[in-house]
Amino acid sequence: MQYLTSEEIKALERKANSIRQSIIEMLTEAGSGHTAGPLGMADVFTLLYFGIMKHDPENPEWPERDRLVLSNGHICPVLYATLAHAGYFPVQELLTLRKLGSRLQGHPHRGTLPGIETSSGPLGSGISQAVGMALAERIDNPYSSKFFYCLTGDGELNEGQIWEALMLAGKEKLNNLVVIVDRNGIQIDGYTKDVMPLEPLTEKFESFGFDVQEVDGHNIRALNDAIGKAQSIYGQPSVIIAHTIASKGVDVFERDFRWHGNPPGKGPEDRVEKSKQAEVALQKLRSLAGTIKAQDID
Amino acid sequence: MFASHLQPNLSSGSVERVPTRFGYGEGLLEAGKRDERVVALCCDLTESTRTHLFAQAYPNRFVQVGIAEQNMASVASGMAAMGKIPFIASYAMFSPGRNWEQVRTTIAYNNSNVKVVGAHAGISVGPDGATHQAIEDIAIMRVIPNMVVITPADVHEARKATLAAAKYDGPIYLRLGRSETPVVTTPESPFEIGKAQLLYTRNTALDKKIGIIVTGSLLYNALMAAEELQKQGIGASVLHMATIKPFDGKAVQAFAAEHGALVTVEEHQITGGLGGAVAEHLAECCPTRIARVGVNDRFGESGEPDELIAYFGLDVPAIVAAAKRVVS
Repeated sequence: MQYLTSEEIKALERKANSIRQSIIEMLTEAGSGHTAGPLGMADVFTLLYFGIMKHDPENPEWPERDRLVLSNGHICPVLYATLAHAGYFPVQELLTLRKLGSRLQGHPHRGTLPGIETSSGPLGSGISQAVGMALAERIDNPYSSKFFYCLTGDGELNEGQIWEALMLAGKEKLNNLVVIVDRNGIQIDGYTKDVMPLEPLTEKFESFGFDVQEVDGHNIRALNDAIGKAQSIYGQPSVIIAHTIASKGVDVFERDFRWHGNPPGKGPEDRVEKSKQAEVALQKLRSLAGTIKAQDID
Repeated sequence: MFASHLQPNLSSGSVERVPTRFGYGEGLLEAGKRDERVVALCCDLTESTRTHLFAQAYPNRFVQVGIAEQNMASVASGMAAMGKIPFIASYAMFSPGRNWEQVRTTIAYNNSNVKVVGAHAGISVGPDGATHQAIEDIAIMRVIPNMVVITPADVHEARKATLAAAKYDGPIYLRLGRSETPVVTTPESPFEIGKAQLLYTRNTALDKKIGIIVTGSLLYNALMAAEELQKQGIGASVLHMATIKPFDGKAVQAFAAEHGALVTVEEHQITGGLGGAVAEHLAECCPTRIARVGVNDRFGESGEPDELIAYFGLDVPAIVAAAKRVVS
């Protein structure tokens, strides 16, 4: 596990803030897409790409890289923004999101944009793909130090295929697999506890053979510690339940499931009128100046 | 006249019968020996899909996924992303039946080098009945971009198709049957993905003529129907399309022009499969009278394979009757 100094953590927080601003800009320009998930996962993505993963933006197909599978493909604005800020492609290209001819498809497509490991969008298939990658790696190199990260949403856990994949990962004791769940408590139709209750979630994962950690998904140091521990687990796959706040960073959008699938300019109007949503969001983020702190995690 | 590379004495009425899935088992084992990137996955049907031969020889490259076809498809996609050549096998009704979306998105949209092997396709599955008889699988796979669709006619062709699939870089659907299928080709018969083959040439001395296009397990019936038609004074040829996609439109077009009327024969719904593909192609370039022999918008039933082939009108008399309806 890599120790992060306070300075390094502050730098990562500033980076996450820049990525959030890019997310607001690209969604506003696109006029459609998902806001809550991408903003909520900005800290996790920033830490993975700027602090944890072995990867090389100059050489996206570097065989020794760690792999990141985004299972809940609809939060791809955060993946795209992170990849652009990491140098995979120009930040300016983020403004082509969802436009005809763009490499930034509405849901990720492998083969067009550097850094995308797999196409995703239909929910539930990402853990399976990460399991396949981890199995293939073990055949070639049982002592490999590569890690396979799969990011999934809590609503996505409704899908049956998720549990098929977890069963196989547990059976195969894939210690090179790290699943990170965005536990923001919302999905399109409402709160996850109303649509399809998931608790007791930790016990569910444990019963499938996983090492389970719960962590504040906006606390970079806690996340770094959790991923470090997940990497060191022997003979078991890991899951990190990252408790996040939907739309984190823009307080007037936070925790509201109506921001799941709407971009700034088309979201609920009771707190900010549509025409001002993008500008207000950017102002809020700029005023935070990289000082997002963990708070009030349910 | 039979093509020279086929089994001798086909017209004698006695023919060896072996399930096509046996050819897959042999081919997979051979492919595994030739290329260590080949891996196999199975959903608790290892012996009946003949994957057990590979699993016994290469246990380290075999993944028992359990009864979870959706997971199997996406796990294979992940393995292919790491450079493996996965063959995934189950019954066609479950893969690609149940896991169609995973095949479409995680395999075909990714253009993953995964081979989807659907065993027990067609009504000749027999007593298990309609729930286990996939007669829609060609249609649902044919419409997916990047996907190649192959339905081998017999055990030898199934083996060659498996080896060719391992060499081909991209997603393939390989359709296999459960029951004992007449062995028509030989180990020496040519096989090439995407190439239709003329296996029976009509007697040009006869004025009336018909072209029969067939895919998969009904090849023998099509050949026997051609023999019968010639006895009845109708010149009949048989074009075998083991590959339905990419579609060998050139061969079909020439065959249609030569014969003027066609019969298509398949163990599948008459919509969306071989008959559909032939009709679509010819309607655009050169409208041709076609009679489609296949299952007509019904589900299967329990019964013995040969009984069902006759009951659903896929036997030799049914092909002969269809030919007579459209003969020029």
